[in-house]
Formats: sequence, C-alpha cells, structure tokens
Amino acid sequence: MAPSSLNVMLKGSSGRSTRGLLRVIILCTIAAAAVSSRLFSVIRFESIIHEFDPWFNFRATKYLIENGFYSFWDWFDDRTWHPLGRVTGGTLYPGLMVTSGVIYHILRLLTIPVDIRNICVLLAPGFSGLTALAMYLLTSEMSTSPSAGLLAAAFMGITPGYISRSVAGSYDNEAIAIFLLVFTFYLWIKAVKNGSIMWGALTALFYGYMVSAWGGYVFITNLIPLHVFVLLCMGRYSNRVYISYTTWYALGTLGSMQIPFVGFLPIRNSDHMSALGVFGLIQLVAFAEFIRTYLPGKEFQKLLTSMILLTVGLGFGGLVLLSVSGVIAPWSGRFYSLWDTGYAKIHIPIIASVSEHQPTAWPAFFFDLNFLIWLFPAGVFMCFQKLKDEHVFVVIYAVLASYFAGVMVRLMLTLTPIVCVAAALALSSILDSFLVASTPSSSSEAKEKPTAEDKSLRSTRKPVVGIYSFFSKSVVVGSVIVYLLLFVAHCTWVTSNAYSSPSVVLASKLPDGSQYIIDDYREAYYWLRQNTPDNAKIMAWWDYGYQIGGMADRPTLVDNNTWNNTHIATVGKAMSSREEVSYPILRQHDVDYVLVVFGGLLGYSGDDLNKFLWMVRIAEGIWPDEVKERDFFTARGEYRVDEEATPAMKNSLMYKMSYHNFQSLFPPGQAMDRVRGTKVPKESPQLNTLEEAFTSENWIVRLYKVKDLDNLGRDHSSAVAFDKGLKRKRATKHKGPRVLRTE
Amino acid sequence: MPPKRHAASTTSATPSAPAPTPSPAVTPKLSSGPATLKTNASVAEIAQHVWQQYASTTPQRTLLLDAFMVFLVLVGGLQFLYCVLAGNYPFNAFLSGFGAAVGQFVLTASLRMQTSDGGSGSKPSSKGKNARFVDQEGEVQESTSHERAFADYIFGSLILHFFCINFIN
Repeated sequence: MAPSSLNVMLKGSSGRSTRGLLRVIILCTIAAAAVSSRLFSVIRFESIIHEFDPWFNFRATKYLIENGFYSFWDWFDDRTWHPLGRVTGGTLYPGLMVTSGVIYHILRLLTIPVDIRNICVLLAPGFSGLTALAMYLLTSEMSTSPSAGLLAAAFMGITPGYISRSVAGSYDNEAIAIFLLVFTFYLWIKAVKNGSIMWGALTALFYGYMVSAWGGYVFITNLIPLHVFVLLCMGRYSNRVYISYTTWYALGTLGSMQIPFVGFLPIRNSDHMSALGVFGLIQLVAFAEFIRTYLPGKEFQKLLTSMILLTVGLGFGGLVLLSVSGVIAPWSGRFYSLWDTGYAKIHIPIIASVSEHQPTAWPAFFFDLNFLIWLFPAGVFMCFQKLKDEHVFVVIYAVLASYFAGVMVRLMLTLTPIVCVAAALALSSILDSFLVASTPSSSSEAKEKPTAEDKSLRSTRKPVVGIYSFFSKSVVVGSVIVYLLLFVAHCTWVTSNAYSSPSVVLASKLPDGSQYIIDDYREAYYWLRQNTPDNAKIMAWWDYGYQIGGMADRPTLVDNNTWNNTHIATVGKAMSSREEVSYPILRQHDVDYVLVVFGGLLGYSGDDLNKFLWMVRIAEGIWPDEVKERDFFTARGEYRVDEEATPAMKNSLMYKMSYHNFQSLFPPGQAMDRVRGTKVPKESPQLNTLEEAFTSENWIVRLYKVKDLDNLGRDHSSAVAFDKGLKRKRATKHKGPRVLRTE
Repeated sequence: MPPKRHAASTTSATPSAPAPTPSPAVTPKLSSGPATLKTNASVAEIAQHVWQQYASTTPQRTLLLDAFMVFLVLVGGLQFLYCVLAGNYPFNAFLSGFGAAVGQFVLTASLRMQTSDGGSGSKPSSKGKNARFVDQEGEVQESTSHERAFADYIFGSLILHFFCINFIN
C-alpha cells in the first residue's frame, strides 16, 4: 500500500478493520515463526521422537491407533516391568495420545494419509502456534493496548523456556499442556470478568482436558482458588467471582475425576484441598452477602464474626482430623520437595535422581528467558498500578511461578507464560508512551500501536520534558529494537544449539568441522530387535526402559514410569553387587540381556557409570545392609574407577560390564577413560556369569547375555577358570577390539 | 477483535438488561424494612428479622429458584447422611450423585444471582477503601440478560449431568 493511502487506511472506521486485518496477519506470522523455529531438529537430524518419555507416548499412541480407544483404556502392558506388568491404561494421562489419535483419524477422513510418527513429531510445534494465539488472547485481557497481546504472543512463540519442551519430536505431555494451561487461564480471566456460567463451564472443560494431559494440572487447581481467596481477602467479592469459581469447581472437579489416573484424588489428596476449602468459603461469603442485603451494618458484623470463627475452627479441625486419621492422603513426595528443597534428597532418591527435578541455577533464567527476565518485574509492577481482578491474577501467578521455577528446573515451563505476559505489558507501555507521545507524524512504525493510554511515570510528572523530541523517542525505540533483535538472535541460537538435540542420535564435530552423527543407541536397539527372541527380557537402568520398549520392542524390567521403587532398587542392587549376588537376581527375573551405556571411549558423559551412584543410593534405600554407598568411595572420599577404585566398585557388575575388554583397544597400560579422565586398570575385569553379546560402534551401548546354568553343574567362576586353563590360546585370539558374537 | 466485540455486547446488553428487571429485587441495605431492628438485638431476633424481610421482598420467580435450591440441599444432605451411616460402597455413584446435587445447587445459585440482582452485590468496588481500585472506565456490562443467563444455566447443567452420568458406573 502506498504511504499516502496508508494514512487514510489507519484512521476512522476503515482504520479499525485495517488494524484488525493487520493483527490477524501478524498473529499468523507469529504462529508460523513459532512453528518453524522448532523444526531445527527435524532439519538437522530427521523426523524422530526425542529423548525418553516421548518414546513411551509414541508407543502408547501406536497402541491406541491399532487397538482402538476402549482397549487403550483397559490396556494392561505385560512387556514392561517384567514380572509385574503395568496397568498402563489407568496410570497415564491420555490427553496427548488421544489428541494425536484424533488428528490422525481426521486426516484419514480427509484422505490425507500421514504417518502417525510424523503427527507425533509435529504435534508440539503445531500446538506451540496455538499457544501463541492463546497468549495473545490472555494478554489482551490484561491490557487495553493491542500491542501488548501481540508482543506476548511473539515472546511466547520463540522464548527458549518453552521451546525446550516443544521442539519437533519432543512428543511429551507438556507439548499440549502449556497451550491448555494458557488457554484455561484465558477462559478463567474471561469468566471472572463477565461472571457468566458459560465461560466458567468452558474453563472447566479445558481444565478437564488439561487434567487428561499433564500432571501439572495441580498448578491450575491451586492457582485459581488462590486467586479467588486473595480477591476475597481484598474485599472484592462479587457475584461474578462466585459464579465463575463455583461453576469451574463443580464442573471441573467432576470432569477431572473422569480420568482413571486421577480418579478420587480431587477429594482425597491434600494437593486439591485448597480448591475445596475455597469452594466452601465462597459459599459462606455468598451467603453472608445475601444476608447483608437484609441487615443494617452493625448486626451484620456481629453475625459475621461469629459465623467466621465457627466455620474456620470447624474446617481446620476437620482437616487436621482427616489428615491424621488418614482419610485424606498425605501430600505427595514431589509436592514436599517443592517446599523443602532438601526433602527429596533425603527421603526419595528416585525423585532427586532426575535432573529436571533439581533446583534451577541462576544463569538458567537468563538462558531461557533472556531480556524478558528483567522486564518481568516491571510488568508485575504495572499490574500493581491498575490492580483489577485480572491483574491480581497476574501478580499471584508471577509470585508462585517464580518460586516454583527456582525450586525445580522443569517448572521453568510454568513460569514462562507469565513472564511473557508481564514483559509484554511493560514493553508495550514503553513503546506506546514513546512512539505515540505527541504527533501522529512519527507513526510510521506505530501503525499497530495506535493508542497511548499509559504514560510512563516520568512523562506524567513533567509532561513538558522533552520526550516529545524526535531524538529521545528514537533513542528509546532504537534501544528497544536492539533488545528485541538480540532476543530473537539469542532464542534462535539457544534453540538450534541447546534444545534441538534428539539425544537418541548424537552429533559431534570432526576436526575439519564436518558433522559426525553418533547413532549407537539405534544401532544397539535395532540389533536387539533383529537378533533376540521376541520376549527376551532386557535389564537396563530405568532411563532406557522407554527407549527399549519403543525402539527394540522388547520387554524391560524397569522404565521411566518409576511406579515401583522396589523393583528399580532391585535392578540397582543387581548392578551394584558382586556377580555372585547379581546372578541369582538376574535368573529370578528371567533376564536374558543386560544393557549398559558406556561413554568412556567417546567422552559421552551421560553414561551409566556416572549415574551409578544413584543406582547405589536407590538400592541402599531398600537394602541398607547389602549395598552401602560408602563402599564405592575410596578412603579419601573420592569416586574413582582406576587402579585405586574400591573393591566394591571393582567387583560390581556395572563396573565389570563397562570396562570389559576395554583395555584391548589400547596399547598395554594406556587404556584411558575419557569421561572421567583417568586411566583404567591394566587387566580387563573378569566376567563369569555374563558374556558380551554386542557392542555398538562407539562403545556407547554394550549388551551382555546372561549365561545359562552350567551344563556340568559347576558354578560359573570355576567353569570360566577351567575354560581358560585349557584354551588359553583361543581365548586370547578372541580378544579382538570388538566381539560381535550373535548368539 | 475482543475490545470491539466487548463494546458491541455491552451496548446490546444494557438496553435489554433494565427492561426485564421490573421485579423490585431486594431492597438496598440500610433502607428500613417492614420492621426496624434494635441496635443490640439477639441473634435469634436478627434471624427472625431477616426471614421476614426475605419473605416479603422476594419475587415469585426467585422464590421458585430458592425452593429448588432447598430441595437440592436436602437431596445432597440425604446422600451425605447415607454415606456416613451406611458406608460409601458404590463410591462412584455416591460422588456423582452428591456432585450433581452440589453442582446443580451452585449453578442455580449463579442463575439466581444473575436474574435477581437489583444491583445489590454486584458493585464490589464502591465501598470506601476499595474505591481506589475503580478504574476510569468504570464497571460496565455487569448484568447479563435473563435469557442469556438461562441459556448459560442450561449449558452448564448439561455438562454437569453428562459428567455425572459418565462417572456413575
């Protein structure tokens, strides 16, 4: 459009529709940018499911597609948790799988045959586009300036804090849950503003969807009651609040109970009690308000105080009584670790062992949010200035989420939306004040920001100070633009470098700069799939359970679901004990193959020896007499794997499996572990009860076959010694660098 | 766009809102009812007074809603009593029955608020210390039309009963 006609189009009634059109175009562009910046991993690697949990979701989705909804609902999985099995249908959040199943069937209906894997890979980017739209709606409710919503949508689209969980291929619950979180909050704000049952019911519906999708729904369950509670304490009770809250609670609670995994939790678990309490409280307040219309103030006060005292006393006493008598389940362990960061470390090693449950390091905030993190307090401050009902919500959300994000790394995800809202509020008010302060002549950049309700503080105090001059405007706007550009550059850099690795396939650079793909995991899993019987039981540490189930399609002993701590501890004990102790455990659990991940040759630091201490700790939690963490440290308290390693360490199954034959790759005495940076003992550890079955190209994955009982009834160590004594020559010949024996 | 549609909905709502509310609703706070109250009356007297006020000022339609709410309270209370006395064996059934009663109760209460408020409880920010929260634009679009409120009520009830029937086993 020509600049002369631009002025006409931006003014008056046609200007409004032009702006509407522009806004739609901008939103579409933002959504497109959000989607496309998440495709790095597909371009760099391939369309593949990432990491650990997504592999389970992918497997469950395939099951859903093949067997239909009802058998998915009743799915008992006997290929995981080997002797026990898992009631998968009743212990998962089905929202994600059902969503992609529905998309799959709709596409089928439209005769667009898309592979289910591609739907799963691209689900997270698709939903991130929707999240940007929901963010626009949410922020538009907070501010009269239309630019705030657009800025928030743009921030949400590309901020690394959210991208970290929604790149293409990270097919996890969070992929759709963040969209649902933001949209539920939008509907809630809308409900509080309008006070209509319809918005409340819609909030409840999306809340139900959220419950079906992610365990983080508890955040909503506690945030909305807290919002209402604070409103009540501020004396801002109104019919709108009553209508929206009670509708949401009554419908949302019933809706959440439809999910089998949640079941009766909303009335049993203490995490949900605050919602119930506020529900009761608001009934009383409503009744009090109702009485008040019939009474003069003085008597009402009298009546009210007696009522309040009575009910608070009764309610608190009842809650304590129920908690003590055990009708209400105690708070869950993850919840405790939110308040007491040391709690998990002492009591529940399995929670503490997950890296995303660790406390957040300070640089992570800047890494994930860049300049939004210092705009965030400014935005919260501006909410204090207006402080309508919805701004109270922003303030509460901001306080809670920033505390939680400091406690657990993964909760950075819940902080990100509110940071985007607050930062957008702050930035839009800066831009509005400086772009459109005096004349419309400077509005070539301001076409999307036509209103200027909010002046900055300085400008209201001294309205004639020269912020109207072109110079001051250009300085401020220019610096904001520089920050925005830096933000975009930072986000792109972080996305492409930190968050786009599938971690199933690793990439490294060769000295000449070319990319080198390390594909050991898939090599080993594919070996399992091709060379072992269909029901060969694989024992590995639980991190790899989902991947073995998804890629190798073999039964596993433990996996990332971690529902049975004892079973995991059993595996930990087998890994950390002597062979004589481990072998009976392996036999008892029908284990055919043992899988270890070893990074010593390549310098891959996420290997099992580095996780070994967690195995020891978890095993010690169940068998404190048989496994002791202290035994794995040297007298000086060091964790060593070289010549000076402790006997317990050297004799443990994990150590033996990791370094078995490793020395043969190097000249004598030169064997070097590149992860731990130490030399390893000259002699290869002697494995009696296991034999090496497969080792991948870079030695990352090593598979061992569990030997059957000896034919002559000897124990394995004497059998091996006998074999060695007779056939020393053949045994040495066998010690090649790689033993590719396929049973 | 949201702001625009806002404006449209308020302009359409405000003319229709006063029209169907000729029902006098409740009398404002400090106006004297049929019987004035002494300053230091006992709680029983206050309750008596409230009851008289209520019976004399509530319109017929609202009374009907109130009767329904009392009925729901009775139904819910009965189920709860059964649960306490006779055990909660079909717990799903108890929960959905009780939930239906509670949910219907709050929905009806919401409907009652939307249809019968003569502006009593709906201006939260006009009482002294809260006055500074009142923003410049003022609180608009407070009241929804009766038809809209009833349609919302039906919508909410449908969802509620769908969940209950689905949950009852």
